[in-house]
Amino acid sequence: MKVFKTIAWILLIAFVGIQFFPTDRNQNEAVYVSDFMRVNNVPAVIQNKIEVSCYDCHSNNTKYPWYNKIQPAAWFLEDHIKEGKDELNFNEWGDYSDRRKNSKLRSIISQIEDDEMPLDSYTLIHRDAKFSESEKKEIIKYMTKLKNNL
Amino acid sequence: MALVSLITMSCKDGKKEGATGPMSNEMHQEDAASEMMADNSSKEGSSAILNDYLKIKNALVADNQEDAAKAGGMLFADFKKFDKSSYSSDEQQELTDIIEDAKESAEHISDSPIEHQREHFDILSKDVIDMIAITGTDQKLYQDFCPMYNDNKGAQWLSTTEEIKNPYMGSKMPGCGKVQKEIK
Repeated sequence: MKVFKTIAWILLIAFVGIQFFPTDRNQNEAVYVSDFMRVNNVPAVIQNKIEVSCYDCHSNNTKYPWYNKIQPAAWFLEDHIKEGKDELNFNEWGDYSDRRKNSKLRSIISQIEDDEMPLDSYTLIHRDAKFSESEKKEIIKYMTKLKNNL
Repeated sequence: MALVSLITMSCKDGKKEGATGPMSNEMHQEDAASEMMADNSSKEGSSAILNDYLKIKNALVADNQEDAAKAGGMLFADFKKFDKSSYSSDEQQELTDIIEDAKESAEHISDSPIEHQREHFDILSKDVIDMIAITGTDQKLYQDFCPMYNDNKGAQWLSTTEEIKNPYMGSKMPGCGKVQKEIK
């Protein structure tokens, strides 16, 4: 029993301790000329859906949930966002070469088609980020058009 | 004919400076490296890339995620080391775009489940085909096409044998596809 108590104390202290290690917030006031929406003149409905569903992890601006104030949740998010931006940053779209755009679009299309994006762990909390079947079709159609016009 | 194109190729590359780069001693472990002209570092670079690309291809034909991942890691290193200094500035620009794109796919292949590896192998194949168009190759290659992959959008790949062995379908449909052209 004493052992459990000690472990509980250690965990509690560790939990409090890690709160003092904040993460960098992925937030930015800048307006990007290279942003996907600017470069492509995206129709409003599709723009809105992509911003809600993708931009938290694939742009330089995240709308953080309340639990981002608590560690280790914030670390977990920071990791995801870093990885997401590494893969694809919609703010930098205009800076990608045509070859890269083509590859990115190919990946975007198949990830959405296969329901791999947005991530389940993300839509679990962000219900509005989920794609309905018709939204999926619309976005895939739009992305395919972009790809074919490259 | 193959000989003629090989000679033209080596003429084109003859202008290059010798292998003074960091690649000169690292390539020897590759089996195909022995056939290569020793005074040509960028040729070795593209050969190393092609060899590791083909390793990924073979692994995917055999549905072997692990071997594909290993070769993906090596391919990533090959692209990083690739020396494009001997090409014209237009070619260098094109190669920069290709390498940047291909490195990303190689990285994905090095640590993903097999279906995702195949997705990136599709992107990678396009990059390697375009790279070979610039660098040339001393291996005889077949450019193959599978019309069914990716919801019938189709995908290309390179192989050294005329017989079709499909890396996208693996053991499900190993013979699916056709030769689009021969590259010498």
